[in-house]
Amino acid sequence: MSDKKWIILGLLIFMVLFLSPFLYNVLIKAGKAAPMAELVLTPKAKAAKECVMPTPYMRTEHMQLLDEWRLKVVRGAQRDFTNAQGKTFEMSLTNTCLDCHSNKAEFCDRCHNYASVRPYCWDCHLDNPQGEMK
Amino acid sequence: MKSSRRRFIKLAGIAALGLGAQPAIKAIAPAAQTGPQVEFSPGPNALTAKQWAMVIDTRRFNKPEDLEPMIEVCHKTHNVPHFSDKRHVIKWIWETHFHNAFPDIPNRFISEAAESRPYLVLCNHCENPPCVRACPTKATFKRENDGIVMMDMHRCIGCRFCMAACPYGSRSFNFVDPRTGLNEKEMNPKYPTRMMGVVEKCNFCAERLAVGQKPACVEVSNGAIAFGDLSDPNSEVRHLLRENFTIRRKQNLGTEPCVYYIV
Ligand code: HEC
Ligand code: HEC
Ligand code: HEC
Repeated sequence: MSDKKWIILGLLIFMVLFLSPFLYNVLIKAGKAAPMAELVLTPKAKAAKECVMPTPYMRTEHMQLLDEWRLKVVRGAQRDFTNAQGKTFEMSLTNTCLDCHSNKAEFCDRCHNYASVRPYCWDCHLDNPQGEMK
Repeated sequence: MKSSRRRFIKLAGIAALGLGAQPAIKAIAPAAQTGPQVEFSPGPNALTAKQWAMVIDTRRFNKPEDLEPMIEVCHKTHNVPHFSDKRHVIKWIWETHFHNAFPDIPNRFISEAAESRPYLVLCNHCENPPCVRACPTKATFKRENDGIVMMDMHRCIGCRFCMAACPYGSRSFNFVDPRTGLNEKEMNPKYPTRMMGVVEKCNFCAERLAVGQKPACVEVSNGAIAFGDLSDPNSEVRHLLRENFTIRRKQNLGTEPCVYYIV
């Protein structure tokens, strides 16, 4: 029983080390996630006011929408998409999404970098519909 | 003990009922995808057919240079890269000799004119395509509504079974990043490139048909290439097939190519 105090000391040191990230956040640097850089809308997007689908839907489901689009275009031979408001868009990543959001670096990329998402679409799809290559 | 067994059997019964009801529930409430009110359509100007086909009048092409406009416009339209290293070449449409195009037509003393002409070859968009059977991911498939043998680049895993299966050599594999073989200023911004590790081939200009244009090679051929619906007896291609003697590539393999050659 003479080791009791060493065991308790050891446990204490372990607990402090184990909790150190949490303690650091709570006591020293009151925790706050880094804010996301602001998303910039192009003049063209501003003029349009609305995305192809309601904004909350776009924010959370745009990858599903794009997946469905490419399925319909490539496998279903359908190229036009009409939303609930009756507006028709060509189903195209480069020619539609990036027509309004032509500032990919300040829009798509900003959010994706923040969320650590790396879509591989740009290996094939050109990200500059206006045609100027970097 | 007795009452708890009764309870157990009751619960099991209810659970079985719940499982049995699952298909019924699914039928009533189908999984919402994009939402109920959106609509997809082919577009107002889309050209349609049951089975697209091409008839190439080879008598109109006498020198290899005659084929260049078709090859160039196709490769420009689809951002097909140019590599001088033979192992990396990507081609959708190209020129070949009679004996390479039609090795199964072994006649002796064949017409000199026919033998010496250059032949334009491309994916045959077979009615019975062996590449489709070989593809493990259904990246290559025969599109039901128009008969085009399409490639879904998003599914291609680069296994190259389709290349082994195709008897016409119509498919090319991207051994290197295709963008390194493209001139940035001359790219078609409307069409994607491909990436390293996928197979590619002619798509009968599906993206042009969708907006009411005939394939690019047909457009620049000055009428030497006809394009139309093989299943429609009144189409331009069927007229040409009725009035001219035509051959197809390696027809004895049973793939039923949809590119016909007037010789
Ligand atoms: C290997 C190359 C490749 C990659 C990678 C790729 N695509 Fe595509 N994609 C294509 C090709 C080729 C087409 C056919 C274009 C056509 O027929 O107009 C296409 C078509 C599409 C279309 C419909 C037509 C159009 O012009 O946009 C959508 C939408 C699309 N892809 C979305 C995506 C998304 C989203 C990703 C990333 C998750 C992606 N693609 C990655 C090659 C690729
Ligand atoms: C007609 C122009 C237009 C087109 C085409 C368009 N967008 Fe948008 N998009 C907008 C506008 C405007 C907003 C901002 C709406 C708002 O502030 O409520 C927006 C918002 C978004 C958002 C949400 C951003 C946020 O604030 O969180 C995403 C994600 C998005 N778009 C993705 C896409 C994708 C993907 C496509 C292609 C399928 C696309 N957009 C096509 C105009 C467009
Ligand atoms: C509001 C933030 C936000 C904006 C703006 C945004 N995205 Fe995304 N995107 C995400 C998130 C988060 C994911 C990952 C979702 C997941 O993994 O489930 C994602 C995923 C994707 C994917 C699927 C990636 C994959 O590997 O499966 C594609 C494609 C995509 N985004 C395209 C776009 C395009 C194109 C734009 C610009 C027009 C855009 N996004 C703008 C947040 C955003």
